[in-house]
Amino acid sequence: MWFEQVLFFIVAAGALAGALGVVMLRNPFYSVLALVVHLVALAVLFLLLQAAFLAAAQVVVYAGAVMVLYIFVVAYIGGQDEQLRPDDSLITSFGPLFAAAIAVELCFALIGSGLEALDTRGADVGPGFGSPGEIGSLLLRRLLVPFEAASYLLLVAAVGAVVLAGRRRGLEEEPPAPPREPAPTETLEIRA
Amino acid sequence: MDVIWFLVLSAFIFCIGAAGVIIRRDPLVILLCLELMLNGGNLALISFSRMHGGQEGQVFALIVMVIAACEVVIGLGIIVAMYRNRLRIDVDEMTELRG
Repeated sequence: MWFEQVLFFIVAAGALAGALGVVMLRNPFYSVLALVVHLVALAVLFLLLQAAFLAAAQVVVYAGAVMVLYIFVVAYIGGQDEQLRPDDSLITSFGPLFAAAIAVELCFALIGSGLEALDTRGADVGPGFGSPGEIGSLLLRRLLVPFEAASYLLLVAAVGAVVLAGRRRGLEEEPPAPPREPAPTETLEIRA
Repeated sequence: MDVIWFLVLSAFIFCIGAAGVIIRRDPLVILLCLELMLNGGNLALISFSRMHGGQEGQVFALIVMVIAACEVVIGLGIIVAMYRNRLRIDVDEMTELRG
């Protein structure tokens, strides 16, 4: 019991630190790495909530695949430090204030919601709660329509990414390339 | 652990993400902050699913992950297209869609 609480507070501190790191670090590359820390901490929290399958999906899909995509793009466009806005700009002072207002409002909403089960550990669930088998049978029986809709969404996103990546110069047409002289040898350029 | 702790944590994560979306200028980091907000929502969904003892919330969180992946793919595609068109990658400078 106490082990669970200690683990929760350590992992929650890690998740908050990762989130703050994403927002505060100026180099996008470090922001991505901070988000990886945050996602792994969240996976542990999912395990504490008995969502074993989602914890595994979080680590494999999010912290693995999606973050690799981010790192590729940061490496491609060259992650320079972002320029700061001038200090007197309205948005720099207004942003944290706005976020703090939402946080206070959400906490009030949670405490004032009157849900009695909030102060308990949750309903009694069996040992198979959140296991891949149960989630899978739910996805393929009762929630088949959202599952199929999600798969179509992924397909549309993949086609959209190919279209975006295949267009070379934005909206205007590229002039036809002049015929190249046959180059005897192609050398591989290595940029430092 | 009581469920309320997880919910408060998810609220904080969401707000940190919202602050990042407002403050930062790099669209890449704004996408990262959107991920933070979606993850805060995911944590809340899973906490409520644990509270009620139903697994539908977990499936909902899985669908949110799918949507986050789609958003990342399209967002990064747009950023790479901007980079190829030699546009400055800065949300303050992107005014082409302004009405």
